[in-house]
Amino acid sequence: MTAARAAGVRAAGWGWRHAGRRAWAVRELDLDIAPGERVLLLGASGSGKSTLLAALAGVLGGADEGEERGALLVDGRRPEEQRGRIGLVLQDPDAQQVLARVGDDVAFGLENLGVPRDELWRRVQDALDAVGLAVPLRRSSAELSGGQKQRLALAGVIAMRPGLLLLDEPTANLDPHGVAEVREAVERVADDTGATVLVVEHRVEVWQDFATRVIVLGGDGELQADGDPARVLVERADELAAAGVWLPGRRVLDEPSQRPVGAPLLTAHALAVGHGRTPVASGLSLTLGAGEAVVVTGPNGSGKSTTALTLGGLLRPLGGEVAAAPALAGDAGPAPIAWSSRQLLTRIGSVFQNPEHQLLAASVRGELAVGPRALGLPDAEVASRVEELLARLRLDPLADANPYTLSGGQKRRLTVGTALATRPQLLLLDEPTFGQDAVTWAELVLLLRELADAGDAILAVSHDPELARALGAREWPLAAREAAAR
Amino acid sequence: MHATISSTTDAAARRTPDPRWRPVDIIVAAVLAVAAGVVFWVWDLVSNPVGAPIEAALPGLQGIINGPWLFAGVLVGLVVRKPGAALFGELVAASVSALLGTVWGPLTLVSGLVQGAGAEALFALLLYRRWGLGAALLGGLGAGIGESILDLTVWYPGAKPLFDVLYAATTMLSGTVIAGLGSWLLVRALARTGALSRFASGREARARA
Amino acid sequence: MSLLPALRTGALARVNPVTKLGCALLVAFTLLATVDWVSAAVAAVLETAVLAATRLPWRTVLPRLAPLGVAALLAGITTTLYGVPAGRVWWHWGVVEITDGSIAFAVATALRIAAIGVPSVVLFLTIDPTELADGLAQLVRLPARFVIGALAALRLVGLFFDDWRALELARRARGVADRGRVRRWAGLVFALLVLAIRRGSKLATAMEARGFGAPGPRSWARPSTLGRPDAAAAAIGIAIAALAVIVSVATGSWHWVVS
Repeated sequence: MTAARAAGVRAAGWGWRHAGRRAWAVRELDLDIAPGERVLLLGASGSGKSTLLAALAGVLGGADEGEERGALLVDGRRPEEQRGRIGLVLQDPDAQQVLARVGDDVAFGLENLGVPRDELWRRVQDALDAVGLAVPLRRSSAELSGGQKQRLALAGVIAMRPGLLLLDEPTANLDPHGVAEVREAVERVADDTGATVLVVEHRVEVWQDFATRVIVLGGDGELQADGDPARVLVERADELAAAGVWLPGRRVLDEPSQRPVGAPLLTAHALAVGHGRTPVASGLSLTLGAGEAVVVTGPNGSGKSTTALTLGGLLRPLGGEVAAAPALAGDAGPAPIAWSSRQLLTRIGSVFQNPEHQLLAASVRGELAVGPRALGLPDAEVASRVEELLARLRLDPLADANPYTLSGGQKRRLTVGTALATRPQLLLLDEPTFGQDAVTWAELVLLLRELADAGDAILAVSHDPELARALGAREWPLAAREAAAR
Repeated sequence: MHATISSTTDAAARRTPDPRWRPVDIIVAAVLAVAAGVVFWVWDLVSNPVGAPIEAALPGLQGIINGPWLFAGVLVGLVVRKPGAALFGELVAASVSALLGTVWGPLTLVSGLVQGAGAEALFALLLYRRWGLGAALLGGLGAGIGESILDLTVWYPGAKPLFDVLYAATTMLSGTVIAGLGSWLLVRALARTGALSRFASGREARARA
Repeated sequence: MSLLPALRTGALARVNPVTKLGCALLVAFTLLATVDWVSAAVAAVLETAVLAATRLPWRTVLPRLAPLGVAALLAGITTTLYGVPAGRVWWHWGVVEITDGSIAFAVATALRIAAIGVPSVVLFLTIDPTELADGLAQLVRLPARFVIGALAALRLVGLFFDDWRALELARRARGVADRGRVRRWAGLVFALLVLAIRRGSKLATAMEARGFGAPGPRSWARPSTLGRPDAAAAAIGIAIAALAVIVSVATGSWHWVVS
């Protein structure tokens, strides 16, 4: 890997306001980052971290997309004038591949920069080697795991030999294995190239040994703290925790008290699950009792999500059976897949990994009313359930907002709320804590604990080791499968 | 976040529109078109086995079901508001459904070209400055005109004049209502979700709300 | 699931997608100029012969061709019922008038649709989108930014299918899947579009950061070239179109579509 000259960053009274907004996303920012520094950028949701990164990458858009003040310069020049000098890796592993094949995708940036063909393919191979992605150039990028996709994105960026590397929550959506892969690749790339690195992440633990400097943005888009990681992370620990930053060694929630496990609600026996005809997991057995919390763990591709969908009566079992006890099934039959959509509502609630898959209404209030209305409840009852949930989920100020406009944490609370509105006895959640900061995380966990305390059963698919502990949940590990290309 | 929308009209929205395409214009136009292409393809699968035998026996009124295939151009035009958007959108949507496999083969591309050009022509007549309901309806009508001409030469070249007139009229009506009005409603609903915040179309609708 | 992978077997795999597209369009436009059963039948027979020679797996090709047959048949029925009347009248009821003339038009229409459709279904089956985009940008010289934008968006099709599946399951989980198919379908399309725009915006950011739309010349990682297989394919395409015209004119069957 040939080293590129590291870039310096300078902000002088810089600010940005998105078109149509009243508040500034970032304002009055003064900042100097020397070439070769490794900066961890922290701050609450909405403190403008991503805006700053996008501005440094030169992708905020022109004057019709917002208003700029002051100056933000990389090596003394405007970022949008130096494509290739600045690289950006985003959070979502699925939204960054441009082309279908691994090699072509890495080559994309080089083509845009006009790099001649011979040199281009050498640089593609170098970049893939540097991030440790040893797959054939013709491999389909859709077949990669989350961690591999993020390393592919990193390779596509470093092939351009940037002097400044910007990473916007690059590991937030990954399992622990993927987090380690990406972390290691970033460190190796930084060591090899000496590039300046700026990384935004809620989980400090991952990056604290890597960073040489920590910068904290306040809730109003201004600089709040800046300095040596060891010092800032200790001195500003309380503020950071309040802003939702995960600090190493600091527990967000204590363990709950022991709950008695009640009568079984749902059992799975010799279950095989899958979307098509081929099972992705088989031989699964589980008994889930009232008041019990279970966290399903296992590596990518072990069929955790598919298992949750099958237990939830949304997918047909490919083998074995899922049986609801009379306490859960009531007047319906024992097999959840045979229940009508309406019968599911009062029995099993499912919360999907991506909240946007579950949104149906044009307002938050309407969204919460969908389930109760489908049950045919009287208007007064619907209204009272909706109001109660709005208050309990602290969504009442947003009651008339379009659900899609909520933040990630709010959307998650809303989809949990939509499931609770019909009072199911069993709640299934898929990766409920992905990409959440510590504050929204704690809110969600407390809500789930309340439900379990009230005698509901909870099953969550999660990579998050803290979740099981904070819920007082039993772990149900699914074995890894030698999943060939999905 | 919606509470921070300024009440004044966006200054940017009043400026003369910039005809140059930004990267985000190209990609979102293409992505919308691809999604529309998937919808076309699914619509083919769903509607053909049920409706086709009945339609085959209609004296030209089958034009009424053509609307859904005309919406991609109007929708993309209304969202990105750039010269060529309607043509690009309909053409890409048609290509995607062709790649997924339609019965119309390369004619899918020609259809896309003609439908898109129809909508594009009427947006151009408005100098790419008007993007309200009227423009949407006209765009849908334009797509319907293009589609009528093509279908009557390709699919029903030997039909009687009465059939031709009925087919063209119902296709244009369907284009105006489903592709025109439908796309306009769709853009309004999309804008409310905040997904179009990087576009003037999204910011205007949200500023009004 | 992703886009169906292109068939990469047989002689067609070595032909540039642009050539394939050109051949399909050439045959299509030639046949579009006339409505007569002779030109369509000649083209259809020759195409079948070429298809047999390409040795594509029939199991894959036939299911793709079946809907084409249905569509051709239905267009034929419409023309039988509402075609321009001529010659003997077989049946007359309201606006329906089946005559020798309408039947002749119907046969020509159905054959023509089949003859236009067959090559394209087969050619599209063997086209890899990335190669097609390379060809369109480098050989046809379509604007590169738009071709690449469309190609990048195309990659999201696989994600759209995953989204669609999740959206359907989610509707069952929300208690609204028991009835109201049409409304639910409309809701699914809307949700899909919102997700698409979100993904598209993120993708645009990632692409712009990697120099997409930057001023200055662009290089091409994969050269798109034309060679002998393309010359052969083009010759076959031209031959099919030419023979269809010659036989049709020689037999006096040629009938300009706009006359």
